[in-house]
Amino acid sequence: MDADALFECLTSLSCVVTQTSTGLITGSLLFLVAAGLTLIFGVLGVVNFAHGSLYMLGAYIALSAYRVSDSFIIAVMIGGAGVALFSLFFERFFMRRVYGADVLMQLLVCYAFILILDDAVKIIWGAEFLSMGMPEFFQAPPIILAGGIIPVFYAYLIGFAAAIALGLWLLLAKTRIGKVVRAAAHNPSMTSALGLNTGMIYAGVFAFGGMLAGIAGALAAPVRSMSPGMGFSILIESFIVTVIGGMGSVAGALIGAILIGLIRSFGSIGFPLFIEGIMFITMALILVVKPSGIMGKEPR
Amino acid sequence: MSNSMTFKRELLIAVVAIVVLAVIPLLVTSPKMIDFGIRLAALGVFATSLNMLVGFGGMVSFGHALYFGAGAYAFGLIMQHYALPIPVAFVLSVGFCALVALVVGAICVRLREIYFAFLTLAFQMLFFSIIISWVSLTGGDQGLMGGLPRPPFLGLNLANAVDLYWFSTTVAVICLLLIRYILQSPLGYTLRMVRDNPDRAKFLGVDVWRIKLYAFVLAGCFGGVGGIIMALFVSGAFPEFAYWTMSGEAVFMVLLGGINTFIGPVVGATLLLYFNDVIVRVTEHHGLALGAIVLLFALVFKHGVTDFVVDLYRKIRGQEARS
Repeated sequence: MDADALFECLTSLSCVVTQTSTGLITGSLLFLVAAGLTLIFGVLGVVNFAHGSLYMLGAYIALSAYRVSDSFIIAVMIGGAGVALFSLFFERFFMRRVYGADVLMQLLVCYAFILILDDAVKIIWGAEFLSMGMPEFFQAPPIILAGGIIPVFYAYLIGFAAAIALGLWLLLAKTRIGKVVRAAAHNPSMTSALGLNTGMIYAGVFAFGGMLAGIAGALAAPVRSMSPGMGFSILIESFIVTVIGGMGSVAGALIGAILIGLIRSFGSIGFPLFIEGIMFITMALILVVKPSGIMGKEPR
Repeated sequence: MSNSMTFKRELLIAVVAIVVLAVIPLLVTSPKMIDFGIRLAALGVFATSLNMLVGFGGMVSFGHALYFGAGAYAFGLIMQHYALPIPVAFVLSVGFCALVALVVGAICVRLREIYFAFLTLAFQMLFFSIIISWVSLTGGDQGLMGGLPRPPFLGLNLANAVDLYWFSTTVAVICLLLIRYILQSPLGYTLRMVRDNPDRAKFLGVDVWRIKLYAFVLAGCFGGVGGIIMALFVSGAFPEFAYWTMSGEAVFMVLLGGINTFIGPVVGATLLLYFNDVIVRVTEHHGLALGAIVLLFALVFKHGVTDFVVDLYRKIRGQEARS
């Protein structure tokens, strides 16, 4: 515990800038994963416990695509698309069967898939830590802002996540697709009575949420090392994010993700051993004060 | 009257079970069987304690390994640092589990089921990360090394496999009996009512939150006993005890055996231990194999083994009655 170091950092602008940028990229990645998780929950009413594994899959697919194509953009696109396809398969053949069932069954299907995916990654890519390395395009001198250091890649990543957040909001709030999805979330039986195929909507939302996790994994590849089982810690964190923000709310996921990202980056200076504890205390406080989360609606 | 009858009948069953289990090592001397028995004692109590929540309370906890790990670590640390007599260390460790369960439960039990599942999981992973990062106390990812002192208890030398087997199975059966009594008590029936219809329970003046919390704390205590037996068996404690896969396995044991039969989770624990032993022998891809088995049971059979047997038995009885 080192409160002095934290205080010193907070009084120096350069340290604040550096830590904020670190916090924001952590938050950006968390947002992408949590947005998919919360979207799937909001529309389908299930929690995808295997969501972290989709993130892992995205990172590994992107690694292979990057090694073949040598282009980071193509790697991210293939990572996202590959995971979207896998999510479609997962939803159509497995998750779909347990929508109406007990939480117990949903939990077990996801548990099985986490085990299978971790093992499959171990077989295909090996059990040791892998790293993509920073793509050449981003190997530019870092941006210096008020004495703080922001790597170029961080700036791109934050910008990209912000664009996705904006795009997601426009998609849900302004387009016909968004209207249909919100209708299916609100009242699935009425939606299908109006001639819309709710099964297709569910599959589409699941694949879309998976794609976001895959993209997050691909984007994280240059800055995070990969190993089988890497999905689980981000699953827990993105769950904390959705609880803080409110289950089913994409805007809440954004707020929660940035909050957790900043707690992580500033907490690592002040109390490196207690970061997880602070995240949990934040979550517990929110749950006690407002059980539905910052942006969540009160349950009916 | 009938209540005290079932009370006595179950006591009798437990005594018979203890005697039968105690005789086994005299007939089968294979060390593997003895090991299997000890591990089954630990996991059987663990799975049954989870079923107090899942089957009887309608609370699907995905973080039950927290108490397994808490029991094992508390017991291990107490024995390593203070070398207290076994019963004292036992009670202190269970008390520690109760305390942790009280804090976690107070936050979690009011939540809707999917939130509850995830939040219990999250707290378990918090506990896991504390074990990993508090290296000076817990040994970090190496676990509690150096062995535990295992002083004799009632003339049993707990460092000896057969003696430990007698100790473990007896403790396990006593725990199962206690859980059985709890579930047959007014508390157990109130818990079932809360599971089936919380609004009605509330209307009848039941404090739903309090009942669920009692069940959660009791389940945590018995989960801790499972961890203590395991700590005695491996003579240490490892972070894997508190890892999420342990919770996943516990949930699977409960489903595999059947949630509607009291003894179901023990059957599930037996089957899963057996599956795991076979998988390890046959393939190195443990996750793939176990995952496929879990999918098979969750999506194809959808019922636990004992539920299936009980249904079959009722069907046959029903046909006999008609013919």
